[in-house]
Amino acid sequence: MSELLHASAVELGQLIASGAASSREVVQAHLDRIDAVDADVRAFLHVDAERALVAADAVDSKRAAGDPLGPLAGVPIAIKDLFCMTGAPTTAGSRILEGWHPPYNATVTQRVLDADLVVLGKTNLDEFAMGSSTENSGFFTTHNPWDHDRIPGGSGGGSAAALAAFETPLALGTDTGGSIRQPASVTGTVGVKPTYGGTSRYGVVAMASSLDQPGPCARTVLDSALLHAVIAGWDRMDSTSIDAPVPDVVAAARQADVRGMKLGVVKEFGGEGYAPGVEQRFREAVDALAERGAEIVEVSCPNFRYALGAYYLIMPSEVSSNLARFDAMRYGLRLGDDGTASAEEVMARTRDAGFGAEVKRRIIIGTYALSSGYYDAYYGSAQKARTLIARDFDAAFATVDALVSPSTPTTAFRIGERTDDPLAMYAADLCTIPSNMAGNAAGSFPCGLAPEDGLPVGLQVMAPVLADDRVYRVGAALEAALSERWGGLLTDQLWAREPAVQNGGVR
Amino acid sequence: MALTTHEVARLAALARIALSPDELAMLAPQLDVILDAVAQVTEVAGDDVPPMSHALALTNVFRADEVRPSLTAQAVLAGAPSVEDDRFRVPRILGDEQ
Repeated sequence: MSELLHASAVELGQLIASGAASSREVVQAHLDRIDAVDADVRAFLHVDAERALVAADAVDSKRAAGDPLGPLAGVPIAIKDLFCMTGAPTTAGSRILEGWHPPYNATVTQRVLDADLVVLGKTNLDEFAMGSSTENSGFFTTHNPWDHDRIPGGSGGGSAAALAAFETPLALGTDTGGSIRQPASVTGTVGVKPTYGGTSRYGVVAMASSLDQPGPCARTVLDSALLHAVIAGWDRMDSTSIDAPVPDVVAAARQADVRGMKLGVVKEFGGEGYAPGVEQRFREAVDALAERGAEIVEVSCPNFRYALGAYYLIMPSEVSSNLARFDAMRYGLRLGDDGTASAEEVMARTRDAGFGAEVKRRIIIGTYALSSGYYDAYYGSAQKARTLIARDFDAAFATVDALVSPSTPTTAFRIGERTDDPLAMYAADLCTIPSNMAGNAAGSFPCGLAPEDGLPVGLQVMAPVLADDRVYRVGAALEAALSERWGGLLTDQLWAREPAVQNGGVR
Repeated sequence: MALTTHEVARLAALARIALSPDELAMLAPQLDVILDAVAQVTEVAGDDVPPMSHALALTNVFRADEVRPSLTAQAVLAGAPSVEDDRFRVPRILGDEQ
């Protein structure tokens, strides 16, 4: 069975379509894997084996009947527990939503189901996607499969860890300040934040609506592109959805060619605060792209240094507004309703008990930033900084096709290391936030293990709005170059540590 | 700009979160550090820089006002903490002063 765990989603889709393996076999292998390793990794908040096998059988029946199957039909997927899906709980990682079953599917969930992917379960995250480590989850912390004492990144640490632990070949994430890209970076996996408006936010529990964007997570660039193609595209249920053709990300991933592309290394993303191994592997990856025919130049984006500060005003402001919906009246937790307490008292008690510390911090910062007398100084100034960041991107993309940087300044830090220091935690998103502010496409791709700690390092590619295909072109070219050097993917080095692989010599 | 425990309590009341005294004592200095760190942003841009509220320029979209299928009352009420007569049951909404 272990070859089914190690295979890419593309390979699994081909095995199922050709009849070489049934979807039931593939799904059962992944359910068994979850049983075997998830007590240690803790990537999943919810697994529904019965539902997954019923869905797998439906795909196998379709094939037996000769119905046409999509490229990912019958392939397992894990869904970050921020996407609504009927018939299962959606918690957003928060106690305030514990046990809630949404009455409808998110558009992205529906598209995944319509493409005949098989949902294994829902993955852990920082509460309401607020965090960089899953330590803010209201339930438990997920562990990094490379080193169980380390964080898997966040907020989408559950999805990224599930991929690195070979519990699933595909996963869904959302990215508000780096929640797809930073977990991908620290787990040696692939994650892409599409252009804002490229994927629908309908049915995704909102954190900061002007920044949130769903996207694909996988172990290979082509797998990510295929999932991207499944979930992307205009949706009338999301008023910020872009009514334009989805860039051909699959062709770009297959092309894997950077010849003639001009790539800009962001000067500001390096130096103090960056781990030596991160900078070393990043430089080597840039050299590998140059060897593949890309022209490399250095680009300055001076206003990117204001991105983190502006983000921690804009995002909490939107959070304070969005999370007002958790009012203990229509769904979720209600505490203190003793027949005498007022609605406001019940609301305030419920929100104190149901929200974790980071959520409260952000709601209160947002309430402050939007309050009368401070609005112009804080929220207004942050919006202006956002304009300057977008102008830096415009200026850069006038001269280069895409920008590259490390995805995050360090490798995975230790669990507990930054929990008492919010600012240190926030710094994990230093390189990823600008693309949320400007809305352009960006992705993180594995570029090696840092020599000092043997942990994964990611390279970020940033491309203009609606040029998501360039993210995949560069990512796939890097993957091709480094796989040639390593004799496989970065995650294959983790796979090689599996006892079954060492004893039996699988593949 | 030191944020006092008293101010945090006022903000928490505005945000409808009944913070305990312990939480207030813990949050106030943390919020102060965070606000201090983000304050540099207030000096970045002059009056000539327009604010940006959204990643993409949005235009209003109209559609025909047509009836479309929607959730049943049963589905909507299924997640409610308390239901009475096919409606959300809520605690009293008027305070003592009213």
